[in-house]
Amino acid sequence: MSHGMSPGVSVKRTSRRGHGGWTPWLYLAPALVVLAGLLVYPIYQLGLISFLEYTQAQVSGGEPTTFQGLGNYAELFGDTQFWQVLLATVVFAAACVVSTLAVGCALAVLLTRVRAVPRLALMLAALGAWATPAITGSTVWLFLFDPDFGPVNRVLGLGDHSWTYGRYSAFALVLLEVVWCSFPFVMVTVYAGIRAVPGEVLEAAALDGASQWRIWRSVLAPMLRPILVVVTIQSVIWDFKVFTQIYVMTNGGGIAGQNLVLNVYAYQKAFASSQYSLGSAIGVVMLLILLVITLGYLRLLRRQGEEL
Amino acid sequence: MKLAVRTRGTRTRARLTAALAALVLAGLTATACAPQTSDTSSDSDEKTGTLRVWLFQEVGNEPKEKVVEDAVAAFEKEHDGASVEVEYIPVETRAQRIKAAFNDPKSAPDVIEYGNTDTAGYVKDGGLLDITEEFTGWREATDTDPTARQSVTVDGRVYGAPLFVGVRALYYRTDLFDDLGLDVPRTQAELIGTARKIRAAEPDLYGLAVGGAYTYGAMPFIWAHGGELAESEGAAGEGGSGAFSSAVDSPAARKGIEAYTSLFGDDNCPAAKCAGMTGNDTVTAFAAGKAGMAIGGDFSHAAVEAGKVKGKYAVVPLPGLKEGEIAPAFAGGNNIGVLRSTSHRTLAVDLMKRLASKETQGELFDAMGFLPTFTDVRADVAEQEPFVEPFVKTLDAGAKFVPASPAWAQIDASLVLPTMFQEVITGKKDVAAASGDAARKMNDAFRSAE
Repeated sequence: MSHGMSPGVSVKRTSRRGHGGWTPWLYLAPALVVLAGLLVYPIYQLGLISFLEYTQAQVSGGEPTTFQGLGNYAELFGDTQFWQVLLATVVFAAACVVSTLAVGCALAVLLTRVRAVPRLALMLAALGAWATPAITGSTVWLFLFDPDFGPVNRVLGLGDHSWTYGRYSAFALVLLEVVWCSFPFVMVTVYAGIRAVPGEVLEAAALDGASQWRIWRSVLAPMLRPILVVVTIQSVIWDFKVFTQIYVMTNGGGIAGQNLVLNVYAYQKAFASSQYSLGSAIGVVMLLILLVITLGYLRLLRRQGEEL
Repeated sequence: MKLAVRTRGTRTRARLTAALAALVLAGLTATACAPQTSDTSSDSDEKTGTLRVWLFQEVGNEPKEKVVEDAVAAFEKEHDGASVEVEYIPVETRAQRIKAAFNDPKSAPDVIEYGNTDTAGYVKDGGLLDITEEFTGWREATDTDPTARQSVTVDGRVYGAPLFVGVRALYYRTDLFDDLGLDVPRTQAELIGTARKIRAAEPDLYGLAVGGAYTYGAMPFIWAHGGELAESEGAAGEGGSGAFSSAVDSPAARKGIEAYTSLFGDDNCPAAKCAGMTGNDTVTAFAAGKAGMAIGGDFSHAAVEAGKVKGKYAVVPLPGLKEGEIAPAFAGGNNIGVLRSTSHRTLAVDLMKRLASKETQGELFDAMGFLPTFTDVRADVAEQEPFVEPFVKTLDAGAKFVPASPAWAQIDASLVLPTMFQEVITGKKDVAAASGDAARKMNDAFRSAE
C-alpha cells in the first residue's frame, strides 16, 4: 500500500476483500499459532483460574475444583493491605522509571562527549552492571550497606546505621540497585539512537549557540522520541514487576511488610501457600494495570501527532 | 495521507480484535483446557515389586544413609520379592518436589519424609494415606510421645509415623556468666534482667539474641503466659475438630508478646538490627560470639560447635514464669508418611514402620543426633549423651505444636506472626492492635481452609 493512496481507493479495496481476504491470514497463520500457544492460551488459563477455587488441594485431587465467580477478586479488593501495596508499587515504580531514564540518558549524552578510553571504561562498567544477575547484584548491594561489615557505613562514618530498618531508606536502597542494574539498557539504546542522528543537525544547533541542555531538549529528544517511548514502556513494565531486589534486599518485603510491592505480595499471599487462584487474580489485575498504562501512554503520544 | 494511514490502522485493529475474539471463543469451547486435576487415590495393593522412598538430604548426610541402608536391608530380607529404592531430596526444594509428586501420582514415591508442620496441608491436598488402624495396632507406637503423635494427627486420624523431634532451649556463654558473676536465669523475668545486665556490661554483645522473624523462638513466651496461637472450636478428640479460631489476641497471649518484644531495644537487642533477624541469624550471632544468650535447637549444636564459642557455652531449658517451670517449646521435627497413590499399601506401611521404628530412631540419634520420638528411647539416649539432657527435659515438660490446620502453611507463608512482632517492635502498633490484626488474618486463613 502506498502512502499516497486516497481514501476513495482505500474503500474500493475494502469491498474487494471478500475474495482474497483470507490469503494474508494464511501467511500469518504460523506466527499466529505460535503467539496463540505462547501468549493467548496462558493468559486464558490465568483468567480462568482466577475465577475458580484452585489451590494445591484441587491440583492434586484432594478436593473438587469449584467456580467462585468474582470471589477471588472480591477477596483481593477487600484486603486493605492490597491497596497500600498497590500504591507503594506505583510510586516506587514511577520513581525507578524516572531515575533510570534520567541516569541512562545523561550517561548516553556523556558517552558522545568523551574520548575513546573513558567511553570504553564507562561502557564496560555499564555492561558489567547489566550482565550481573539481579540476585547477585542485590546481595552485593546489601553487603555494601551492611550495618556491621559494610564499607559504605565505614566511609560515611555512620557507625552501625541500618539502611533496611526505615521504610523510605529501605526503598531508597532498593531503588539505587534497580537503577544500577537497569540504566545500562537505557544508556546503550539511547546512545545508539544519538549516533544515528545526522551530525549536521547537531552542528547546526551548536553553531546557533545552543547549550548542551537546549540541544537535548529541542533537537535530540524529539528525534529520539520513538526510542525513548520504547525504553520508557520497557522500564515501566520492568519496574512495576520488580521482585528479586525487594525479595532479597528487604528479606521478603521488609520489616512488618513495609517494603512489599505487588509481585512479592502476590508471591507470599498466593504462591508460597499454593493459593493459585488468588495469585492468578493478582496476575490479571497487574496485567490490566500495565495494559492501561501502556495504552494510555501510546494514546497520549499519538495525540501529539506521533506515529509509531 | 494522514487520513489513509489512520483508516488502515483502524481496520487492522478491527481485524485483530475479531481474530482475538475468535481465539478466545475457540479456547472457551475447548473445555479440555480447564486446569488440571489429578486423582491421587489407588485401589491396588501389590505384595511384590519396587517401593520408592524420598528422604531429606541433610547436611552431612552419609551417616543417615548408612542407618537407612541397614533398615532397608532388614525390610527386604523380611519381604520376599520386594525391593526398595531410596532417593534423598534437597530440603530447600522439598515443597515443589512433594507437590509435584501429588500432581503426578504415576511418578510419585510410595513413602516420604516430611516436616511435621506440613501434615495438615498435605492431608488436605489429598496426598497422605490415612493409616490410623495400622498405627493404633503398632506395638511400638504406645511409647510415642503425645506431642509427636499430635503432629501426625488431623481430625483424629493418623497420617504417618513421627521420625524425630527438634526442640529449642537456652544457650548461654559460661565464660561470660563467670566473668560478670551472673547466675543462670530461673524465671522469665530473670532471663530478661540477665540479658540487660550482659548488654550493659558488654555493649558490643546482644544480651539475649532475638529476632522479629524468629516465630519459633517467640512462641514459648506466649505459651509460658498461658496463651495459645489458636483454639480448636468444639474440641473433638486429639488434634481437634478441624475448626480453629485465633487466640493470639487473648490477654494471656498478649502478655507473652509484650515480654518477647520487650527484649528489642538498645538495652538488649537494638530494634534496627534485630527486628529483621530470623532464628538462624540469632544462632549465627551466638556462635560468632556476638551474644550472651540465644534460643537454639538441639539441631543447632553443630553450628555452635563450629563457631568461636566452642567449649564456652552450656544449655538449659528456657525458663517459664515461676522458678522450676519450663516454658513450653515448639516441637518441630519430621514424620514418615505413605502416599495415597501407592499401589503397595501393605508393604509401604510396613516400610514406614521399619524406618520410624525404635531401633532405627536410636541408630539415627547416634548417627545424626536426631531426638527420638519414643519416650523410652529418648530417655536412653539422654543417659548416653549429656548434651541432649536439657532438650529432653524440655520435651518431657510438655512441648507444643502449631494448629493442626491446613491454614497453618498459609499463615506461615504470609508471615502473619513475624509481621505482628515487627509492628510492635518498630512501634507502628501497640500489642493490642497488632495482635488483633494478626488474629483477624489468621481467622481469615482458617475460614478459607475449611
